[in-house]
Amino acid sequence: MKNNVHRERGLGNDGAFIAAFLGLGTLFWLFVAGRAQDGMMAFHAYIFIFAFITGLFSLLFYATGEKPENETGYVTSVVKAGVFASVFWGIAGFLVGVIIAFQLAFPDLLYFENAPWTSFGRLRPLHTSAVIFAFGGNVLIATSFYVVQRTCKARLAGGLAPWFVFWGYNLFIVIAATGYLIGVTQSKEYAEPEWYADLWLTIVWVVYLFVFLGTIWRRKEPHIYVANWFYLSFIVTIAMLHVVNNLAIPVSLAGSKSYSAFAGVQDALTQWWYAHNAVGFFLTTGFLAIMYYFIPKKAERPIYSYRLSIVHFWSLIFIYIWAGPHHLHYTALPEWAQTLGMTFSIMLWMPSWGGMINGLMTLSGAWDKLRTDPVLRMMVVSVAFYGMSTFEGPLMSVRKVNALSHYTDWTIGHVHSGALGWVGYISFGALYCLVPWLWKRKDLYSRGLVEWHFWISTVGILLYIASMWVSGIMQGLMWRAYNEFGFLQHSFVETVAAMHPYYIIRATGGSLFLIGALIMAYNLWRTARGDVYTPKTKTIDTASAVPAE
Amino acid sequence: MLDRHEIFEKHGWLLSIGILVAVSIGGLVEIAPLFYLESTIEEVDGVRPYSPLELAGRNIYVREGCYTCHSQMVRPLRDEVERYGHYSLAAESMYDHPFQWGSKRTGPDLARLGGKYSDEWHRQHMIDPRSLVPESVMPPYKLLAERALDYRQIENDLKANRMVGVPYTDEMIENAKADLEAQVDPFSDNYDALLARYPKAQIRDFDANPREITEMDALIAYMQVLGTMVDFSTYEAEENYR
Repeated sequence: MKNNVHRERGLGNDGAFIAAFLGLGTLFWLFVAGRAQDGMMAFHAYIFIFAFITGLFSLLFYATGEKPENETGYVTSVVKAGVFASVFWGIAGFLVGVIIAFQLAFPDLLYFENAPWTSFGRLRPLHTSAVIFAFGGNVLIATSFYVVQRTCKARLAGGLAPWFVFWGYNLFIVIAATGYLIGVTQSKEYAEPEWYADLWLTIVWVVYLFVFLGTIWRRKEPHIYVANWFYLSFIVTIAMLHVVNNLAIPVSLAGSKSYSAFAGVQDALTQWWYAHNAVGFFLTTGFLAIMYYFIPKKAERPIYSYRLSIVHFWSLIFIYIWAGPHHLHYTALPEWAQTLGMTFSIMLWMPSWGGMINGLMTLSGAWDKLRTDPVLRMMVVSVAFYGMSTFEGPLMSVRKVNALSHYTDWTIGHVHSGALGWVGYISFGALYCLVPWLWKRKDLYSRGLVEWHFWISTVGILLYIASMWVSGIMQGLMWRAYNEFGFLQHSFVETVAAMHPYYIIRATGGSLFLIGALIMAYNLWRTARGDVYTPKTKTIDTASAVPAE
Repeated sequence: MLDRHEIFEKHGWLLSIGILVAVSIGGLVEIAPLFYLESTIEEVDGVRPYSPLELAGRNIYVREGCYTCHSQMVRPLRDEVERYGHYSLAAESMYDHPFQWGSKRTGPDLARLGGKYSDEWHRQHMIDPRSLVPESVMPPYKLLAERALDYRQIENDLKANRMVGVPYTDEMIENAKADLEAQVDPFSDNYDALLARYPKAQIRDFDANPREITEMDALIAYMQVLGTMVDFSTYEAEENYR
């Protein structure tokens, strides 16, 4: 009882620990701000200070105020915040993608020579990080917090720690995103944030791991549910990849610039080991976890095969990690490493399709729901896109195919069939499920709007990937074309000019995808508010029949 | 067999360790040998650490995210060798922290860019790419020519590079600032000392603006050294097959 009274007002150990950490952090960043070697570092130091002090004040309000959350049930507030952040970052990331797509189509209109932050080189990492880490990461954190509680029948562990994870992760996003715009980058693809942002993410990620594992340890179910294996492999492996690939020596502890610990060929393979498995463990196992919870739940059917889950889980995570060298075919990487990478990439096809089959076949006996439930349809189409892009990937990892496809837009198209189709749609499906569940609504505001979202963005994806297939293969063929005299037929810039129509089609497809996401945001907002869409009918409005007085 | 799996499903820590083991093996087998197999990097003559000005230019290349559109890795394919020049060697990026091989050619490969175009072409092309190449989709980098290069900390940059394995000597670090200034001034007293420290370094006012050392100076100095260090007349390709 005494303990309970203490808990009513005050912080508890978790809150006190976070407060102490934020206090020390504020002092550290004040120190850095005072000695900053460059304006970028000073700017980021102030962002950290602002965030930490805001955090301290929030803790103060929390300590003195009433506790709104039911202390025994499931934690939902941080999941709600995650849903909001996911939608926000998703739209921001898609928007930047549309902008840079139009930049390549109309360079004269969309570059500004006096605003260096508008150049493609700075906005492209903003786009990739915003969609992968900001949108995808928030979806994964939110859904994992939701799923682990339900499948373990246990309240989220760590007290206030999940909030630390949520805000800490989003602070990392803000630091990374503003950094790209002002020119703070390591220029390692998908690992662009500089050393101090990386260290901050490491701290947040360790707390995330302990919140997740802590909840598993509290579980009242004897078995750990399959979705949680996938979430756990995502959290553990991303920690390993992130730490190793970002090893670097900063020029100064108060400066933004660092130099990678590795050089040349070693740096290249470390980087692509990281980047390919950011696809494998961030964008695949994390979202397979979503598939393993939300599709059975929505279809009201058990998972197709328990045995297949086990086999494809272990083979997928074991094989994925080898596939990185296929990004370095014909480069200065030793050929034995390229061959290993190619071999494992082809083998990867099987466990990938194991996951697809397990997801699709879960609908056995419930296929009719595809007609009536657009949310379930979106998730099933997502799994189909997963199957398609995990077939295309092994194909492109074959050295002879890669000789043509590498360095071209084909790669960009391949990534987007996975990113827009698989990651995007499974996330949208999860968000469409979560909002009514979290805000306790019977159904979405409008299923019709989900139909609109689905069809508009599906057309968008098809335009995107089809145009990139054509432009990528065309560019690859033009680069290697010879004329009848044995000379190269095309100058490089002719191949750039030939891309123009496809860049316009691609940007149009991306715009449609963005419009779809905006429709979703509106629908989710109305759902959370508790509105239900009622179609206007043509019956006479009785109120208007009342004569004026 | 599958019954044994129960142990992973009932112990969170065992599941975590199992995952960690499963995902560690591939990286250990593929990456670790690159650090000790001597055949990984060819024996070549001519590759040296970047001069301070070239390094500063490379940092601008990194800052602007040029790798998002330009590769620096010529593959040993007929068309690439004819279009760009000799295929890239591992040795040529052995001092590149980070590597900038890139993954996309929205613009052409830059691994052998050095010496292909004049400084003035680069300057004009950076300021307004479409004034020279109408079909180009490259952003303009006009401000590089107007912004003074910040090289107050350049010796710390060399020191950090030495910590990660680039063989900068104490002498190079002591003279970093002087070397940087000397490389844009063909009449400086430091001319011979700079060339002794950084053989074949190109010394001239790269941006045709003698009043100050701009970011454009540094970037063009880096562009002009790209792919020019190895002496291919003495390179034995067969001996380095792996």
